[in-house]
Amino acid sequence: MEHVSLPPLSRVAICGGTHGNEMSGVYLVREMQKQKVDQAGSVSITTVLSNPRAVDACRRYTDTDLNRCFTKGLLSAPITDSTPYELKRAQELNSQLGPKGSKEAVDLLCDVHNTTANMGLCLIFYSIDWITLHIYKYIQSKMTSTPVRVIQLDIPISEAYSLESVGKHGFAIEVGPQPNGVLRADIFNMVKEAVDLTIEWLQGFNSGSTFEGGEVEAYNLVKSVDYPRDPTSNEITAAIHPQLQDNDFKLLRPGDPMFQSFSGEMVEYEGEELYPFFVNECAYYEKKIAFHLAKKITLTFPPISVKKD
Amino acid sequence: MSAYKNSVCFNEARRVAIFGGTHGNEMSGVTLVNLWVKNSAEIQRKGVETKPFIANPKAVEKCTRYVDTDLNRAFSPENLSAPGGDDLPYEVQRAQEINRIFGPKGSPEAYDVIFDLHNTTSNMGCTLILESSKDHFNLQMMNYIKKAITPASCLVLLNEHPLLKYSTSRSVAKHPVGLEVGPQPQGVLRSNIFEAMRVILKHALDFIELFNEGMEFPPCTVEVFWVSERIDYPRDANGNIIAMVHPNLQDCDWEPLNPGDPMFQTFDGKTIHYQGSGTVYPTFINEAAYYEKQQAFVTTRRETLVASAIRKA
Repeated sequence: MEHVSLPPLSRVAICGGTHGNEMSGVYLVREMQKQKVDQAGSVSITTVLSNPRAVDACRRYTDTDLNRCFTKGLLSAPITDSTPYELKRAQELNSQLGPKGSKEAVDLLCDVHNTTANMGLCLIFYSIDWITLHIYKYIQSKMTSTPVRVIQLDIPISEAYSLESVGKHGFAIEVGPQPNGVLRADIFNMVKEAVDLTIEWLQGFNSGSTFEGGEVEAYNLVKSVDYPRDPTSNEITAAIHPQLQDNDFKLLRPGDPMFQSFSGEMVEYEGEELYPFFVNECAYYEKKIAFHLAKKITLTFPPISVKKD
Repeated sequence: MSAYKNSVCFNEARRVAIFGGTHGNEMSGVTLVNLWVKNSAEIQRKGVETKPFIANPKAVEKCTRYVDTDLNRAFSPENLSAPGGDDLPYEVQRAQEINRIFGPKGSPEAYDVIFDLHNTTSNMGCTLILESSKDHFNLQMMNYIKKAITPASCLVLLNEHPLLKYSTSRSVAKHPVGLEVGPQPQGVLRSNIFEAMRVILKHALDFIELFNEGMEFPPCTVEVFWVSERIDYPRDANGNIIAMVHPNLQDCDWEPLNPGDPMFQTFDGKTIHYQGSGTVYPTFINEAAYYEKQQAFVTTRRETLVASAIRKA
């Protein structure tokens, strides 16, 4: 692929507490703010506690999920007295770090999340973006403490609903497993390492290094599977099967155990061979998702370096 | 006639309750009790009325630990006799209602046994929580359960401490039994954790049935982990946490912690060591709900209790 030159990436935002009970991001941002981290060489760093009310209450959100509030429609909706807190907050964040789609937006927005699923470290992004893929390749080559993977959601930026879509470039850093409300040192250290490597890459990029192109394997979201539910009460009637539990990214084949009902029956997976992830994520029970399924794709990306004037 | 000297007699345990959802986001108990409310065949035993009960329905509905205040700390004598009705915090009102249904606490009318089902984010495995070192009925039950699930393990935590003991929902009964299984995140239902809790309850109810039929249980010893001290996170002047449970201690519930061992790790990687005078056995390591209670973990000491022979009166 042909070499690509891009303008310098001089403004990065590190966001934590977009979900108030996902503790790695909350404490990372607090620590960075305590240490007054606002510059690393050529990179200016803005740290943001995205949902302070939810952080104070140690809950995912107060009125509605903040990380679904960043569509163009919701960002331009009029604010009234009855507007949910998170919608107002999304518009504030959009003014501070965006506006989404404009040239004032931060160059890169990293949003730190935790999951109760056994996903190791994942970068999650929307449409193909060379910067994200290069950063992923860089992190993956340097981090040995956990598997590092990349997940691509096929949603055009215009319909993208999460915080990282506000930056010119953006991705979520999702690390698990960690329970809500718990701060694990091993998980925190992985998050810190990934953020430090991201900033290191940006400094390298801005200083004129050329980063070789290549190929990476990515997981492309195909569909989601809900729990079996009682038709009248809508309560779940089965749990993730022990053989699927904690086996995110292990290929799921037709006939493999999927759920274990409370009365002891095993429910098998039926469908094409795919890779499960977000298996038994706490916050997804209410979204009717037991797990997501992805296909593996290969993404090719070009060598890049900073555009010199 | 007893075959043993100093055999202790207890009345038959006729009224037994199983509490789920004392904390609304601890899903094993919530799920099991909901199942048994619909169909109680699994928990029925001859001669025993076993009542499954959701202790904190408002918290369960919101999938939160509590609404106003922790129900599992609400059963103090002051709370149970507090006037004020609807003005009282929800959980205090609920505690009074539970005390009316299953108590009154301390009276002869109180339920014989309450099993209180809990989950923890700590790596505690299956843990039985005992409130009194002198409850020979409970000690014998716990010994029975431990033997029944061998080679799987189930440890006993003794929460008898003048300062650290708290007023639990199960304390309304004559014989309160806490069942704590982890690790499981709040709001999450893990199949293995759910099934483990189910098996322990099965054995507990079997014990009660055997006891009521007249079986005499010989004297036995029970190893317990006796609660000793609550250790908080290091905090700054504003009360914010400045260090995390050290990776060497995380998930090491019940393993010896020796003076000098790593205990906490600061955000920039420095180690804070345990400075106690001797070896302790920590548990409830990094329980989500205990950040607000100023507890990173609790230390215990290992003791062996002797349970007298018991039989029904």
